[in-house]
Amino acid sequence: MLREKITELKHLLIQDAGLVEDMISRSMRGLLEKNPDMLYQVVKNQEPRVNAYDRSIDELCVQTIAQYEPVARDLRLVIMIIKMNKDLERMADHAVNISESGLYLIANPFLGSYNDLRAMGENTVAMMKDGINAFVNEDIALAQLVCDRDDIVDEAGDKILKDLTDIMKGKKDVIPRALALMRIAHNLERIADLSTNIAEEVVYIVEGRDIKHHGGGHHQ
Amino acid sequence: MKALIHTSFERTRLRRAIWDRAMVYILSLCALGILCILFLIIFHLFIKGVTSLNWDFFTHLPKPVGEKGGGMANAIAGTFTLLGLAVCVGVPIGLGAGVYLSEYADLKFAQTVRFIADVMNGIPSIVYGIFAYIVCVLPMKGFSALSGGFALGIMMIPMISRTSEQFVRMVPGQLREAALALGVPKWRVTVDIVVPAALAGITTGIMVALARVAGETAPLLFTAFGNHYWQHSLTQPIAALPLQVFSYAISPFDDWHRQAWAGAIVLILMVLLINGWAQFYVMSRGRWSAGK
Amino acid sequence: MSLKGSIKVKDLNFYYGDHQALKNVSMTVEPRQIVAMIGPSGCGKSTLIRVFNRMNDLITSSRVEGEVLVDGVNIYDKNTDVVSLRRKVGMVFQKSTPFPKSIYDNIAYGLRIVGIKDHRILDETVEKSLKRAALWDEVKDHLGKSAMSLSGGQQQRLCIARAIAVDPEIILMDEPCSALDPIATARIEELMGDLKDEYTIVIVTHNMQQAARVSDKTAFLMHGQIIEFTKTTDFFTKPSNKITEDYITGRFG
Repeated sequence: MLREKITELKHLLIQDAGLVEDMISRSMRGLLEKNPDMLYQVVKNQEPRVNAYDRSIDELCVQTIAQYEPVARDLRLVIMIIKMNKDLERMADHAVNISESGLYLIANPFLGSYNDLRAMGENTVAMMKDGINAFVNEDIALAQLVCDRDDIVDEAGDKILKDLTDIMKGKKDVIPRALALMRIAHNLERIADLSTNIAEEVVYIVEGRDIKHHGGGHHQ
Repeated sequence: MKALIHTSFERTRLRRAIWDRAMVYILSLCALGILCILFLIIFHLFIKGVTSLNWDFFTHLPKPVGEKGGGMANAIAGTFTLLGLAVCVGVPIGLGAGVYLSEYADLKFAQTVRFIADVMNGIPSIVYGIFAYIVCVLPMKGFSALSGGFALGIMMIPMISRTSEQFVRMVPGQLREAALALGVPKWRVTVDIVVPAALAGITTGIMVALARVAGETAPLLFTAFGNHYWQHSLTQPIAALPLQVFSYAISPFDDWHRQAWAGAIVLILMVLLINGWAQFYVMSRGRWSAGK
Repeated sequence: MSLKGSIKVKDLNFYYGDHQALKNVSMTVEPRQIVAMIGPSGCGKSTLIRVFNRMNDLITSSRVEGEVLVDGVNIYDKNTDVVSLRRKVGMVFQKSTPFPKSIYDNIAYGLRIVGIKDHRILDETVEKSLKRAALWDEVKDHLGKSAMSLSGGQQQRLCIARAIAVDPEIILMDEPCSALDPIATARIEELMGDLKDEYTIVIVTHNMQQAARVSDKTAFLMHGQIIEFTKTTDFFTKPSNKITEDYITGRFG
C-alpha cells in the first residue's frame, strides 16, 4: 500500500543521491589527481545510471499519486521527491560538465593553484551530503544549516572568478584554461544551489513550511 | 396577481390556523378514545371482580351453587392445556406453510395461499368449532380436550403462516446468498440460517396468535365443552376459562357473576402479558427480525 | 499451471430474460492476483463476479453462453457440482452478512456442513481463519457472543474469515467496503493485500480509488462489455482507451 510505495520511493531517491554524490566527488578528484579514467567513468558510466533513476522515480511518483491519492505529509513527500529527483538529475549534469572541463585541463599545462577550487569542491560535496542526510533523518536543523552555507560557496566562487580574471589579464594563451576553471567553479556553485533546494524541500516535507526566497533561508 | 394571492393569503391566515389546531385536537381525541376504552374495560372488570380474585380462585375448584367461595383452578389449567394442544397443531403447520411460501413457492401460488389465509382469518370462530365438531368430536364420539385444542390450533394456522411468511421474507437476500456462497445446500440454509434469523418475529407471531385464541369461547362450546372438575384425560371434556366465564355470567347467581368477572380479569391479564412479552421480545432482538 | 485459483472467461454472454447483461466477455485472472472490476452502475460488473461462483443460478430467467474455466475446468458444464464450486470460490458481500449465530459458529458453520465434528479441528480452523482475517485479537475473548454484536467493519472481516475457513482458492468480493467508514475500509484493504499471497481475489467496487489502491489489474466494464483490462498502474496513469480515460477522470458524457 501507500507506506510501501513511499518506502520504495525514498530508497530509490537515496540510492540516486548516493550515486550523484559519488559523481561530484569523482569529478573533482579526477581533476585534482589528474586521473582521466575517473572522469570518463563519470561521463560514460554514471550519468546514464542517474538518468535511469530519474525515469523510474518519476514513474513511481506518478503511479503512487494515481493509485493512492496521498494527502498531507505523504503528498508533500511525493511532490518533493519529484523535485529532488529533478535536482539530482541536474547535479549529475553539472558533475558531467566538471568532468569534461577536467579532461581538458588535465590534457593541458597546469595553471596556477587549485587550492581554492579544492576547498570549494569539498564544501559543495559536504553541503550536498548534508542535504541528503537532512532528508534521510528529516533533520530540520541540518537542512537550515545547509541553506546558510550556500553563501560560503558563493563567496568562494566569486573569489576564484576574480583571481582567474587577474590571471587572464594580458595572457591570451591561458584564457581557455581559465575559462575551463571558471566553468568548474560555476558548476560547483550550481550544485550548491541545488543542495540548498533539497534542504528547503526537506523543510517543506517535514513542516509544510516554504522557506524559499526568504533571503538565505532564515526563518520567516 | 402576486399581490392578490398575497392579500387573500393574509386574509385566510387566522382561519387556517384555527382549523389546523382543531384537527390536531380532534385526531388526538380519537387516539385517546382507544386508551379510554381499554382503561374502562379494565377498570370495570376490576370493580366487579376484584373481590373474588384471591388465592382460592387460582387453587380451588368451583363450589356448588349456594356455597360461597371456590375458584377456577381447573379452568385455568384447562386453558393452558388447550393452548398447548393448539400450539402442537398450529405452529408446525403454520410455520411450515409460512416458510414454504416465502422460500420456495412461486409468486402466484404464494399470493393465492395468502389470500386464502386472509379469508380463513375472517371466518367466524364458531365455524371452526363446528368444523372441529364434525371432524373430531363426532368420530371420537364425545367432547374432548383434543378436539378443543384442534379447533384452536387450526384457527392459529393462517395467523401463524401469515406472520412467519412475512418475517422470513424480511430476512435479507444477501444472508441467504452468503450461506449459499459457502456451499451450503438450500434446505440447510433455510433451516440453519433463515428461520433462526426470523425467529424473533416468528415467535412474536405465535404469541399474538396464542393471545387471540386464548380468549375464544365459541369454538370450545361443542368441542372442549367445559367441566366443573379436574380432568386429566385429553379425550374427556375439559374446562376452559372463557367457557367458565360464559357459563357463570349467564347463570342467575350473584356469587357466580363475581367469579365470572374475576375469570375475565385473569383472561385479560393473560392476553396482556402475552402481547406485552411479544412486543418486548421483538424489540430486544437482533436486527434482521426487527425488520430494520 | 502450478498455482491454483485461476479464472479464464471465454466469449461469455449472459442474459437476464431478454436483457443481455454481458457481451462477449473474455478475460483471464491469474492465480494470487487482485483483480478489480469497475464501471458505472448496471455495467455488468456484479453480474460478472456472480458468474464465477454461479450465484446467478438463483435467478431463474438467467442464461449463460460461453465458457468459464476455474482452474481449467468449465464451471458451466453439466457435471459441475455447484456446492463444491462455491466452496472453492468464496464470496463476501456488500452488506456484512453474519449468520444469527455466535462468532465461533459463524466460522465453524461451513465446516460442520461437510460433517467435520472434531472439536480440535474446528477450534484450530476458527482461530486460524480469524487470525488470517485480522480479527482474532479483537474477538478471541468472546467467541461465544452473537456475531451481530460486532461493529460493521468487524462483521465484514468475520465474513472474510468465514469464507477463508472452508479453504477456498478464490475470494470474490462484491463491493465489500461500501457500507464501511474509511478506517474500517482501510483495514479491509490492508487485509486484501495480506490475503493475496494465498488467494486470488476478484473485487467489484464503485470506488475507483479503491481499485487503484488494492488491485494488480483493473477491468473497466460498460454496457456489459470489457472496455479495458490491464495492469492497475497503467490503467490509472495511461489508459489506452479513450472511454476509460473519460470515465476515470470523471468526464463521462
